[in-house]
Amino acid sequence: MSRSLKKGPYVHEALAEKVERLNSAGKKEIIKTWSRSSMITPDMLGHTIAVHDGRRHVPIYIVEDMVGHRLGEFAPTRVFRGHRLSSDKPTQITRK
Amino acid sequence: MARIAGVDLPRDKRIEVAMTYIYGIGLTSSQKILAETGIDPNTRVRDLTETEITQLREAIDRGYKVEGDLRREEAQNVKRLVDIGSYRGLRHRRGLPVRGQRTKTNARTAKGPKKAIGGRRKR
Repeated sequence: MSRSLKKGPYVHEALAEKVERLNSAGKKEIIKTWSRSSMITPDMLGHTIAVHDGRRHVPIYIVEDMVGHRLGEFAPTRVFRGHRLSSDKPTQITRK
Repeated sequence: MARIAGVDLPRDKRIEVAMTYIYGIGLTSSQKILAETGIDPNTRVRDLTETEITQLREAIDRGYKVEGDLRREEAQNVKRLVDIGSYRGLRHRRGLPVRGQRTKTNARTAKGPKKAIGGRRKR
């Protein structure tokens, strides 16, 4: 079931506040956040938000097309390094 | 010869079914179009009059996105996901299931036919 429209998109309060503060100050700095489930709102455009992937904060520059997606979608939590070959030498990293 | 929305012309079938040969028109849309235009779904394509064909063509032009346009739209949607670097885009790029399905087994629709043992997959 999808979220009630009455509530509006979910954004972690501290994060929303911080974005608001940077916007009114006209500044752009990297915002660190752990809130992967926060929705990207139009007022985050142009900011760089560092989203926690479980290990570190992955900086993400917010562009228009990202609005409506959640922050976590842009910071993968798993690193797939490929499967082992028949011997025990590991394969190359398959990330692109 | 009935030619609707580009290169589509199946003959001896009932139009209800024949229209489903158009990419973007399934049985449901086909039936809706026929109801709207008031054409009997059981008439064979070869028995359609020119006016009926024109009617159908117009109905499709009016309310449906088909063939190339549809394919382009789909490709654009995928491209958007890929370009913004989202997780779903990544799954599209890798040719793996996008919506969180398991991949330990199955997932053959997304991955395509089985590839030889040794666990080697594409890329």
